Amino acid sequence: MSFITAAEADKNSYDVVVVGSGAAGGQTAYTLTMDGVRVLMLEAGRNYTPATETPMLRTNDEAPLRGAGTPEKPFGFWDATIDGGWQVPGEPYTSDSDDPARQFVWWRARMLGGRTNHWGRISLRNGPYDFKPYTRDGLGFDWPMSYDDLAPYYDKVEMLIGVYGANDGLENTPNSPPGVLLPPPKPRVSDLLVQQRARKLQIPVIAGHRAVLTQALDHKRLPQLLHPGNHKAQQILAADMQKRAACIFATPCGRGCSIRANYQSTTVHLPPALDTGNLHIVTDAMVRAVTKRADGSAEGVIYIDRKTGAEHRVKARIVVLAASALESVRILLNSGVANGSGKVGKYIMDTVGANFSGQVPLLESLPLHNEDGVDGLHLYTPWWLYKEQLAGKLGFARGYHFEFGGGRLMPGMGTAAGLEWLNGGTYGKKFKEDARRYYGSFVGFAGRGEMIPNDDCYAELDPKVKDKFGIPVLRFFWKWSQHELGQAAHMQKTAAEIIDAMGGRYSAQPQSGDKAIKQGGIIIHEVGGAIMGNDPAKSVTNSYGQSWEMKNLFITDGATLCSNADKNPTLTIMALAWRASDHMLSLMKRKEL
Amino acid sequence: MSLDRRTTLKWMFAAAASVPSLGSVTFAADPLARDVAAGQAGYGTDPDLIKEWKPGGPWPLTLGAAARLTTAALCDLIIPADDVSPAASSVGVVEFIDEWISAPYPQQRTDRGLILPGLQWIEAEAQGRFGKAFPALDQAQKEAIANDICSAAKAAPNAATAARFFARFRDLTAGGFYTTPVGMKDIGYVGNVSLERFDGPPKEVLKKVGLA
Repeated sequence: MSFITAAEADKNSYDVVVVGSGAAGGQTAYTLTMDGVRVLMLEAGRNYTPATETPMLRTNDEAPLRGAGTPEKPFGFWDATIDGGWQVPGEPYTSDSDDPARQFVWWRARMLGGRTNHWGRISLRNGPYDFKPYTRDGLGFDWPMSYDDLAPYYDKVEMLIGVYGANDGLENTPNSPPGVLLPPPKPRVSDLLVQQRARKLQIPVIAGHRAVLTQALDHKRLPQLLHPGNHKAQQILAADMQKRAACIFATPCGRGCSIRANYQSTTVHLPPALDTGNLHIVTDAMVRAVTKRADGSAEGVIYIDRKTGAEHRVKARIVVLAASALESVRILLNSGVANGSGKVGKYIMDTVGANFSGQVPLLESLPLHNEDGVDGLHLYTPWWLYKEQLAGKLGFARGYHFEFGGGRLMPGMGTAAGLEWLNGGTYGKKFKEDARRYYGSFVGFAGRGEMIPNDDCYAELDPKVKDKFGIPVLRFFWKWSQHELGQAAHMQKTAAEIIDAMGGRYSAQPQSGDKAIKQGGIIIHEVGGAIMGNDPAKSVTNSYGQSWEMKNLFITDGATLCSNADKNPTLTIMALAWRASDHMLSLMKRKEL
Repeated sequence: MSLDRRTTLKWMFAAAASVPSLGSVTFAADPLARDVAAGQAGYGTDPDLIKEWKPGGPWPLTLGAAARLTTAALCDLIIPADDVSPAASSVGVVEFIDEWISAPYPQQRTDRGLILPGLQWIEAEAQGRFGKAFPALDQAQKEAIANDICSAAKAAPNAATAARFFARFRDLTAGGFYTTPVGMKDIGYVGNVSLERFDGPPKEVLKKVGLA
């Protein structure tokens, strides 16, 4: 078990090389190493140790700029992200257009565990409709699998990483089997008020689902369910689960968690995988390309040691790309492999995002109480207008959900700021009274919706620009369709209606879709670019993320998603990675690979 | 508090040169903004999240002694001491604002272009209307200046930029203050403590909102 240098890796041989260490790479390495496969993981960023590097319980006055976000730390100083953001120094990308509406912005995190260290932990299952969108409304693509194919893997991932939630049985919003989910946290008062008032508008509000341990994992029961017949794996996992503490209901999850109470690849997937003794990890390893054997199969990868600049090669029976959807696309394009369909880089999707917030007098000046909770999504609104939408009544074809929240959260630079629209502009003792009165009385709604893949959103290699390693970079093309713009407008209008129903007010009226929609890439749910399918002429991989052309090349990250349901993609990526890894295991056992 | 006379004169001269009157449509561009940006490093993309950080650590500060006094006086006009908590300047808000306007990032550089001329404008107003430095004015005099610019809606058209300065300065003061332990206590933040379980809102809260 260990972290090794590139020079040490040169001397070894591996069954599988996995490019990337986030949700997809972590899950792939976990599943394979628990079953005895020798894996080399390559991570482009530096090593990262949550136990010693997480700023638990620190307050914003202890941070530069009171913790406010900057281009060097876009989600704030305490955010877990290292060497990441929409711009990474020395690692550019380009856009075909100067128009921001036609540009895509690409978030990356160069660190062990990637963006799983800071992500929102929202873990929603795709529903049955989400696997057959083309069949349902004639747009986009059906998946080469059904909900029933992936459901057992959703179960496994939820049991392994720990996801809280409830089984509400709503349309296209699947239940988990009994004993899989952890109990959801109690709602905050603002959540309950949203629920009470939204109900009058026939808008559902149910328990959120997030990868946070609201109680300790059952280390006696779960390992047997996850690894039947594999006693070594059970022992390793049982021991590791006992090292994960339950949530302490303090410290925002985006900082990461030193006590391992939420899911990060670095705190959940990698420790047990390392404990098997079957995993080697090389960090600061920037992969340039997949190499090819004479018979056309994948030979291994070429990567650059970030610290020395030296180029290294590693060979393996199987190559897995799990570098994040678009980094995997870039590697494929730079390799010139697996693209007989011409579809590599095509059909890039993000999540549709539009936000709207208001102030609610009922929530002013409430008796003091601790509202930290689990940080995010105690309750949420799943999409609810399936029938109206299918009947063509909405003017856009796919749904969205609302992530909402309020409360007296840890003060930051937004606290007591911008109150002028409420109090007319005060100062002095009156301002201090106003600050107390309004604190915690705001509720924000984030609409997060499904984007339909289209021919205008894709990436190709920029013919001129290279990164600091000399590797050609991606050039993006982007255009929303009327479906996304209509959805964004609906998000704003509906959020305003809910705030109205709460007796609340807002500083500006809901906007049109083109003004309300967040720029492509801002929601950081980019998927597609190497879509799966049933037809090798129209897709890059089969349902296992296995290249049609290179049978020993797999993609286990979001690149294979051929639709991007409103449900945040990380849980689905992990379920797909586990399923793909099971397929690799069976192919290796049958000596087919 | 007393102003260093030489500093005051030097600073007032600069103020007179760049900010002629309340009637200026926009504040003059601040040449220092370029100095800060040029080659100035931030805290980087991989700052140590465990060590102790203080204003002046990651990048040098800007304000001289006189400007610090003006900043303190304006902070404390916005957040004075009351029965609940002390004034903003007593808990490090001046140092924070200095750190903010000295930072090499785009938002902070934009704010610098508003805050530095704004402070100069405040001093020019104090001298022009009362013949004294702003920190030396009595409460009524300070309020006379603030009342002209504390509300964008009510401000005279020729004070629009000064009102924009005041609104931004107030936001920075509030953020600086309410993030401190005394500010968090004042505003009623009682979280950031390790709990064995999360109980949700107490009954009295639900009752007040009509949920119980």
